[in-house]
Amino acid sequence: MFGRREPAPGLMRRLDALARAAMPTVIAAVLMMLAAAPVGVPSGVPAVALPCVFFWSVFRPAAMPPPAVFGLGLLQDLLTFAPLGVGVFILLLVHGLALSWRRHLARQSFLVVWLAFSGFAAMAAGLGFALQALLGWVLPPIAPALHLLGLTMGIYPLLSFLLTRTHGAIRAAEEVA
Amino acid sequence: MIRLSIPLRQALSRLSLPVLIAVAFGTMLLGKADTLLVERSRMALADVLSPIYAALAEPVGAARDMMQEVRELIALRADNVALREENERLRRWQAAALALEGEVTLLRRQLSFTPDSEPSFRTARVVADGGGTYARAVLLAIGPHMQVRKGQVALDERGLAGRVTEIGSRSARVLLVTDINSRMPVTLEGSRARAIMAGNNTDRPRLQHWPEGVLPVEGERVITSSDQSQAFGGLPSGLPVGEVRWSASGAAEVELYARLDRLDLLRIFDFGLAGILPPEAVARPEPRRGR
Repeated sequence: MFGRREPAPGLMRRLDALARAAMPTVIAAVLMMLAAAPVGVPSGVPAVALPCVFFWSVFRPAAMPPPAVFGLGLLQDLLTFAPLGVGVFILLLVHGLALSWRRHLARQSFLVVWLAFSGFAAMAAGLGFALQALLGWVLPPIAPALHLLGLTMGIYPLLSFLLTRTHGAIRAAEEVA
Repeated sequence: MIRLSIPLRQALSRLSLPVLIAVAFGTMLLGKADTLLVERSRMALADVLSPIYAALAEPVGAARDMMQEVRELIALRADNVALREENERLRRWQAAALALEGEVTLLRRQLSFTPDSEPSFRTARVVADGGGTYARAVLLAIGPHMQVRKGQVALDERGLAGRVTEIGSRSARVLLVTDINSRMPVTLEGSRARAIMAGNNTDRPRLQHWPEGVLPVEGERVITSSDQSQAFGGLPSGLPVGEVRWSASGAAEVELYARLDRLDLLRIFDFGLAGILPPEAVARPEPRRGR
């Protein structure tokens, strides 16, 4: 179509590219599974999933395609006792919104991004509460939702630090390749 | 990989988000419509993950033990005094208990009383917090040789913790009594009145539906109530649950003996076939229905 660009990539090269593309999703999935381990913090799983999806959607959307978000949401719903589909929907929504605002968000300082993320987390917690109430047809207590919100907002700086390092490593590897 | 033209590929990638959101709604409906499927996929995932959690529980447990040890060392002196006092008190109780036991044996011999069969139990390790934001549950690792059935009760070393709700081949989920979906028939030990203990996702489940004319007394012991109906899978009576506490808002609550925030081993009690079966249950073996 556009003439010869580069030779067909070898197996190792393709594996390398695949690993790089899959890494953000795998990291998120592993973190979620670790968060479900018995350390006495309930609602740790959604609090880990949301920052991961948000971070990659804003800073590297190619690393977090909608099907991956869907898979992470499904994993979240299966790991927690939540009604199936709620986590999927919330994560997809956050992904979509973050994607459409990423042009403004990606250039901002960490504090502004954190603030924006807190807004997202509040929306996610509210939506989760509403959907839980709707699907279970009982009004769930409000305290766990607030607990989840606080945990999500508080865990973001830590995860953001880790993910920024990962992002830098991926970019460095790309420049070499 | 199929080669697509660039506009088509762009259109596809733009479409994938709305389509997936629609699929998410579909999943919600599916989850409402077919709870069995959801339950099965949950347990399949739990089965896959439970060995990982079991391996992970070791270092976590070690760290927790170390913290506990440090705390205990700090409180050693005070503990010693308290323990000596308690020992003194328990010695008196032991004497009383021995005397009572003798008396009971004597009376039983006179009445030719047939005692209940001793409950048998198996112990399983808690490997994961199986609850979510709005649920209180734990995941147990069970060996392949362990016969665990739905509805069996789980106790920690102090008292009632929950009930087995879902079973996989290597794991089982125990719904804790504090969960909002949990309802347990209980007996107030002082008045022998029956009541229902309903979880509300807080540390103290509430008491409901006690009979007219009886009021739960602050500090009264609460024990499980025997219920032979299938819905409860033959809940044994007399297992310790907790003590009655009246909350500031005037609701009767149960302060549990079990320490649900730090469960590591649970005893799963098996009462299914040990007791005398009702006549209609003899013909067919123990049903293992989905719901």
